Amino acid sequence: MDINTKKVKKNAFRISKERGITASRVRVPGGKCSAEVLGVVKDIAETYGNGSVHLTTRQGFEIEGISLEDMDKVNEMLQPVIENLGINQEIPGTGYPASGTRNVSACIGNRVCPFGNYNTAAFAKRIEDAIFPNDLHFKIALTGCPNDCIKARMHDFGIIGMTMPQYDPGRCVNCGACEKGCDQLSVNALRRENYKVVRSEEKCVGCGVCITKCPTRAFTRSRQKYYRLTIMGRTGKRNPRLGEDFLVWADEDTIVKVILNTYGFVKEYIDPNAPGGKEHVGYIIDRVGFAEYKKWALDGVRLLPETIVKDHVYWSGVHYR
Amino acid sequence: MGTLLQRETADALLERLLETYRVYAPKVFPMEGCFSDTDSIRYGEIQGWDEIVWDKKSDYSFKEVLLPISQTILYFTEDEMKVPKEEEKGNLILVRSCDLHSVRRLDEIYLKNGAEDYYYKRKRENTRFILMGCPESFDSCICVSMGTNKSTDYDAYLKMDKQGVYLECQDEELGKILKAFQGKETELPVEYVTKNPVQTEIPEDLPEGIQNHAMWKEYAGRCIGCGRCNFVCPTCTCFTMQDIFYKDNDRAGERRRVWASCQVDGYTDIAGNISFRQDQGQRMRFKVLHKVYDYKKRFGYHMCVGCGRCEDVCPEYISYLACLQKLGRAAKEGQDNE
Repeated sequence: MDINTKKVKKNAFRISKERGITASRVRVPGGKCSAEVLGVVKDIAETYGNGSVHLTTRQGFEIEGISLEDMDKVNEMLQPVIENLGINQEIPGTGYPASGTRNVSACIGNRVCPFGNYNTAAFAKRIEDAIFPNDLHFKIALTGCPNDCIKARMHDFGIIGMTMPQYDPGRCVNCGACEKGCDQLSVNALRRENYKVVRSEEKCVGCGVCITKCPTRAFTRSRQKYYRLTIMGRTGKRNPRLGEDFLVWADEDTIVKVILNTYGFVKEYIDPNAPGGKEHVGYIIDRVGFAEYKKWALDGVRLLPETIVKDHVYWSGVHYR
Repeated sequence: MGTLLQRETADALLERLLETYRVYAPKVFPMEGCFSDTDSIRYGEIQGWDEIVWDKKSDYSFKEVLLPISQTILYFTEDEMKVPKEEEKGNLILVRSCDLHSVRRLDEIYLKNGAEDYYYKRKRENTRFILMGCPESFDSCICVSMGTNKSTDYDAYLKMDKQGVYLECQDEELGKILKAFQGKETELPVEYVTKNPVQTEIPEDLPEGIQNHAMWKEYAGRCIGCGRCNFVCPTCTCFTMQDIFYKDNDRAGERRRVWASCQVDGYTDIAGNISFRQDQGQRMRFKVLHKVYDYKKRFGYHMCVGCGRCEDVCPEYISYLACLQKLGRAAKEGQDNE
């Protein structure tokens, strides 16, 4: 069997431990798909696979036990999925253009979850459209609120939904539900003064608990949707760590632009000898320094006046090397 | 007999009305719902007929117009006090039949139950109600069971579609204003609901000891005491007082009255650190029996107007309608035991 493994990998198939056998990786941006997609995955698994499907951590399907010889036929079957999910594809019918940039994953967000501060899948799709396909190794995740169920902080870019609580004292009945909710479920940023609520802007993480708890609509959401952008969290052998805040109270456009700018930064500074042309962006920043990264990241970005930009970012985590 | 106005004429009429009144109607407050990307429908001032929401029930009732959620009732300095002025403009409030019936309950409490309430009275006298018809019932409405589905004592009745606005005035002042506008004299019947999806029989007599019936116990573990059921109710009238001393000068301040809820902690706090009805099941019992039992004993008709908002709003899915049905069964058991 004569197979270019690099091409196999770049087409979203895996070189597996079993000779001649691959697995097809079906990315689902934002983890949201129609049930129709499941039907296709089932058909592929039963026609060309061994009937087993793995649900990946990055919200895709890995259809197991496919013969490397059947890749073209699998790609053909995948076409409706790719179209259905709106995946950027260079040549139709050729399967997923896979690469270093991983599936943009997301929690279920405000489509379903009462805590979600935005439509995570829609934003994931917007990022997908902006960055795919791309060979550079980026991991991005979006989470609806600071609960961070998707573990966005373990990603190169973690996008955490926020809302700026709007308080109308004229609608407040001093019931204390917001204060209690903020204390028990969040960061205790609320206190009462003269029977009305005072919010600590320093402490507030924009989770929106006060709003969901308020029985009179004294607390409502800001029209503007805000995000906290955490950067350069990672797992891995050398120095697994949580991402640190870079921008707080940022808007959607800013996030997209910063991510795109980061691709430019990586192209400039990536180790030319990196194995497989892949070096994790976090390690590049470790090498080059945050100050230089920041210059690149914010180039041409129009920040909202309320956006907080961190002057310095220091990561910790566990060091094994 | 009413008048059917072409849309442009109706717009001019509204403009004229806005000179004399603040016009309140259920309208959409975009993105102000409890959850992200959800709207809130509640009462607010309108500037155009199209702002009125017809196809959905308002989450909150009109009562916040007559009884502001948080109202400063006087300002005080060391030796003087001053009552805030009332708005010069009158209020026109668009209400459905159930809500119009609730005005009678509010009047009962604030005007006829002992001393007249000064603040309520001055606003109430300055307020007219325009009835909105209900072509069909919403899911949780029980207006037919409560006898509030039909109204005749409206100041005006309004029906509208894309082409025109129909207005029938029973109030003289409104009638005068309407007369100045050209329209087609016609008679449209008031649209009202004759059947609700759920029919509820409110038991006439409740057995002795219903306060201690086992049915209330369940709510102790379910109710979170948020008070939403009270705040959305068009007939809940409780308030509490707050005396505020200004931060920069604590020799001056104001007194406010603010909505209170019998489901929320603090409602029964009294001097000496004493608090009654701490159990949420007992609070539920207190509320429900007030709505359909002891108010009637005192005033001769039920307090509840069957708008169903409390049913719609409960975050814990505690159903007021189901509770009434349980009450009915308990009453039956009581009879059987006799």
